[in-house]
Amino acid sequence: MLKLKHLVVSTCVGTLLAVCSTQLVAEETVTVLHNQQDQFIRDTWDDIRVDFEAQNPNITVQLDFMDDDAMKARLPTLLQSNAKPDLYWSFGGGNYRVRAEAGLLADITDKADRLRANIGSGAMSAFEVNGRLYGAPYRLAQVGFWYNKSLFEQADVNADSIETWDDFLDAVSTLKEAGITPIAAGGAERWPLHFYWTYLAMRIGGQDLFQSILADEASFDNEHYVRAGEELRRLAELDPFQPGYRGMAYNEAAGVFGNGQAAIHLMGEWDIGVQTSESESGEGVSGGNLGYFNFPMVAGGLGDPSATLGGVDGWAFTSGNGSDAAVRWLEFFLAPEQQRKLAAAGIIIPVANGAAEAVEDPHMKQIAENIANSSWHQVFWDQALGADVGGVINDVSAELFAGEISPEDAVDRVQQAWDFR
Amino acid sequence: MKSVDIALEAQRTGRLSAVKEWLYRHNTGGRLSTLLLFIPPALMVFTLLVILPIAESGVYSFYRWNGFTALSDSGRWVGWRNFQFILQDPVFHQAVWNTAKIVLISLLIQLPLAMMLALSIASKGSLNTLFRLVYFLPFILADVVAGLIWRFIYDGNFGLVAAFTQLFGMESFYPLADRDWAFNAILVVVVWKYFGYHMMIYIAGLQSVPNDLVEAARLDGAGRLQIIFRIKLPLIMPAIRLSIFFSVIGALQFFEMAMPLVTSGGPSGSAHTIVTYLYEFGIVRSRIGFGSAVAVLLFVMCAIFAFIYQRFVMARNTA
Repeated sequence: MLKLKHLVVSTCVGTLLAVCSTQLVAEETVTVLHNQQDQFIRDTWDDIRVDFEAQNPNITVQLDFMDDDAMKARLPTLLQSNAKPDLYWSFGGGNYRVRAEAGLLADITDKADRLRANIGSGAMSAFEVNGRLYGAPYRLAQVGFWYNKSLFEQADVNADSIETWDDFLDAVSTLKEAGITPIAAGGAERWPLHFYWTYLAMRIGGQDLFQSILADEASFDNEHYVRAGEELRRLAELDPFQPGYRGMAYNEAAGVFGNGQAAIHLMGEWDIGVQTSESESGEGVSGGNLGYFNFPMVAGGLGDPSATLGGVDGWAFTSGNGSDAAVRWLEFFLAPEQQRKLAAAGIIIPVANGAAEAVEDPHMKQIAENIANSSWHQVFWDQALGADVGGVINDVSAELFAGEISPEDAVDRVQQAWDFR
Repeated sequence: MKSVDIALEAQRTGRLSAVKEWLYRHNTGGRLSTLLLFIPPALMVFTLLVILPIAESGVYSFYRWNGFTALSDSGRWVGWRNFQFILQDPVFHQAVWNTAKIVLISLLIQLPLAMMLALSIASKGSLNTLFRLVYFLPFILADVVAGLIWRFIYDGNFGLVAAFTQLFGMESFYPLADRDWAFNAILVVVVWKYFGYHMMIYIAGLQSVPNDLVEAARLDGAGRLQIIFRIKLPLIMPAIRLSIFFSVIGALQFFEMAMPLVTSGGPSGSAHTIVTYLYEFGIVRSRIGFGSAVAVLLFVMCAIFAFIYQRFVMARNTA
């Protein structure tokens, strides 16, 4: 009898201790790494973090930020070190796939039911590799022409009448004649320049061309891609960019546009925020002064003019770090409620079901509609092809603009890299 | 039978005494024991941390490999293709030429400048100490910091360059965005950053030149220039050879300072050096095999230079 009493008491004490200790042990930190540059967005995320920690007192979330180029350069070594974050920002393109296949990412397929319930399967599929899930999408993006309405008025250019590439070139010359720098471009980083070449190739060659290239059924060395280079040269000959564009990083170019020193910027919708925060006044080209038009069609091109170039980007879990706490943070962060909040603030084109209705900003609304109506949403070409070939595409785009390589040699170089990948 | 044994025995004792004799001659002062005790640990560390990685990158250089997983999983044997590609790549040619430019600038401008300054402020005095400190200051800065500072100076809109162009009413100029100027702009920073270091080497050398020699020369009627060229320079020749060696090796390894100045090799890769080329195309673009091939070429260049220089130039120190 005494023995039983003893046993009961000790079990009770033991359980109590165990409960206490698990509560102490469950103190977990989730580290998140992103290349977000915009202070307003960082602050909004931080609000979400505070809400999350209030609801999950055992989990601390740490948001870290890095410069885009610095992050690109550090990630390969970082992911193999112990200093790696639990979650990092990633496109759903070539690099993500390679890393997942190399075992650098954590497989969260079995924990993802709640994520899947909230997010459309189309966007989700960008983060699936061979049927397994290693991350989740956060937002959609589309690249298009942002323009400064008052500068257009000053030069008497009407953006609505730009329907073809020739119209666009005319607009650029007219702006130039009016003494306005037509286009801002971050040439030092090169990827902003590849948007021109890729969009032209999309408009001229169409979806079939891109798919056959990816399937190794077509070469970059074909008449459509060469013509894309020739059309790009027509723009380059107008000398459309701000002086010194080859030495400027993307955010510096965004600043040029935000300061009203150039009329057009070909960029994704994230530029609305970046050009604002990078401008000297801190206000950028705002409100009714900011306009948008789609990349125009090219006469004789096979591509559907509704096709969009952009991205699906989101988060990837690093290997060994797909913990319940990390997944719970991402569930919270990507839940429709949060996505609606971010969409309403004009920060993202959301991926969560039903959150797109919350988009209020007219520009963001238009982008969301563009993507919804697009017959083909091509993921950023330099990302889709992987760091190696993508890097060559970017290099070659910059050299095409500088007139240092012919359109024929340009496709040759890319194909060489693609063959040797 | 017995005679054979005796002969063998004699042979053995003969060999034994030969070993003893050899030991006696070679282990004077315990030299051999010291070698046997102290070389293995050093050799092991050296092998593990230097020889092995070099050998490994030699192996990698024949593969197409992204470095994400083990070589046996994702590596693909490509033979000499990495080397073929590098040697045909105009960007690599530019990188080698740029590296050579650093050497030339060092030899033709930086070292003579350092020598002139050293000659003028080598003598002791509080003002000279101040100048020495000022000239040495750039060298104390971290390379990356120096690069960042000069990035602002070279800014065509707000930097010192902009102030200059505005002052003279010229068109704005963006040195780092210009294919022909980007690397020259870096060369300016190189000279600015490292002349103080070489100056210090020369000052140390000059201060060890005996004063009585200089005095004797002066009494014999030697002029200032004669004293410099006939007395001082010959006496500090070893320091000069050393500083040339440092600047060439420094040029071959030049990297950190270029990183903040230009993004991935500047306009069309025109501002790449061999090491930034390795970093951009090997590390950033996840081509470990390709990067290793560049590293192997760089290693061969360094080794050949170091060997020749040690053999034919430095060796004269003792002659």
